[in-house]
Amino acid sequence: MGLIKKVKKNFSSLWKGIFKKKVARIGIYGPPNAGKTTLANRIIRDWTGDAMGAVSEIPHETRRARRREGVTIESNGSKVTLDIVDTPGLATKIDFHDFMAHGMEEEEAKRRAKEATEGIIEAVKWLEDLDGVILVMDATEDPFTQVNVTVIGNMEARNLPLLIAANKIDLPESSPARIRSAFPQHPLVPISALDGQNIDTLYEEIADHFG
Amino acid sequence: MKRSQTISGDIMIGVQMDLISEDKLSRMTAMEKIRLILDGVKEGKILVLERGLTPSEEAKLIEMTMTEITPDDFAGIEIESYPSKQNQKLLDKLFKKPLIRTRLTVIGPANQLKTLKKDRDLISALVSSQY
Repeated sequence: MGLIKKVKKNFSSLWKGIFKKKVARIGIYGPPNAGKTTLANRIIRDWTGDAMGAVSEIPHETRRARRREGVTIESNGSKVTLDIVDTPGLATKIDFHDFMAHGMEEEEAKRRAKEATEGIIEAVKWLEDLDGVILVMDATEDPFTQVNVTVIGNMEARNLPLLIAANKIDLPESSPARIRSAFPQHPLVPISALDGQNIDTLYEEIADHFG
Repeated sequence: MKRSQTISGDIMIGVQMDLISEDKLSRMTAMEKIRLILDGVKEGKILVLERGLTPSEEAKLIEMTMTEITPDDFAGIEIESYPSKQNQKLLDKLFKKPLIRTRLTVIGPANQLKTLKKDRDLISALVSSQY
């Protein structure tokens, strides 16, 4: 890329950063079962009255990315309109035996595994078309997973905003502090997408961060 | 498990581990690296990359891995790398593309390599010889 073009591009990013734009396409990312769809459902329900998709304890329940356009969030005097993309859980391995352990027949488990691999490909491709990411981490789990490292690395490499939602704080073993110390360079909001704990703080951060 | 002849001529059975230098990786394109990794892992090797993949290469590797997963044959990869480091200088952040310093990465078959513990500066993994 030529020097002038590069400077122009970087000034454009800077300009957008200073004079915040009012529509942003935001992806909800994270490993399987971190609570992405539960969070997407809560956001959509709180601001539009609808729902986004089904949730389940079986991993890879979401196997197609779902987009909801024009979700306006108002918080603390800030207003932002988002296109929200709920993505399938990212993983580096899919073993159909894992689904059989949840009571599925072999054929159904294999079909789900195949759909899960397609969903992951879709989620990876979406990374290129986003203005920012809400990375949902399960606060009861080790935060240094490859999925988290890869999503954060991709956002940092492209200078795009990232907000970490440390989910499942309704569970006693959760530790948002562990996530904060793992990735101190990014804003983090501890939440329970399930019962809505601290969700207003998340909306404040979303309006502030992606506006 | 693989039966191999060592450079001293001994025949040994075990898990093959390839340690790939930063120099070799720097001469390869993204797709060449991904092909090298997937071919190696599908042969049951553990690969250690002296300097890991860029974030976009990692995303591409996940994508390619998904296309190669087959039931009863290949369940995917286990990949572990330290979080990358970023250029923190303000002027560089404003006027340059962020400089991402990738770090050591370990990759292996999902059914043979299991991460025990990982933090910013330590990766502890268990390598199994069983398929």
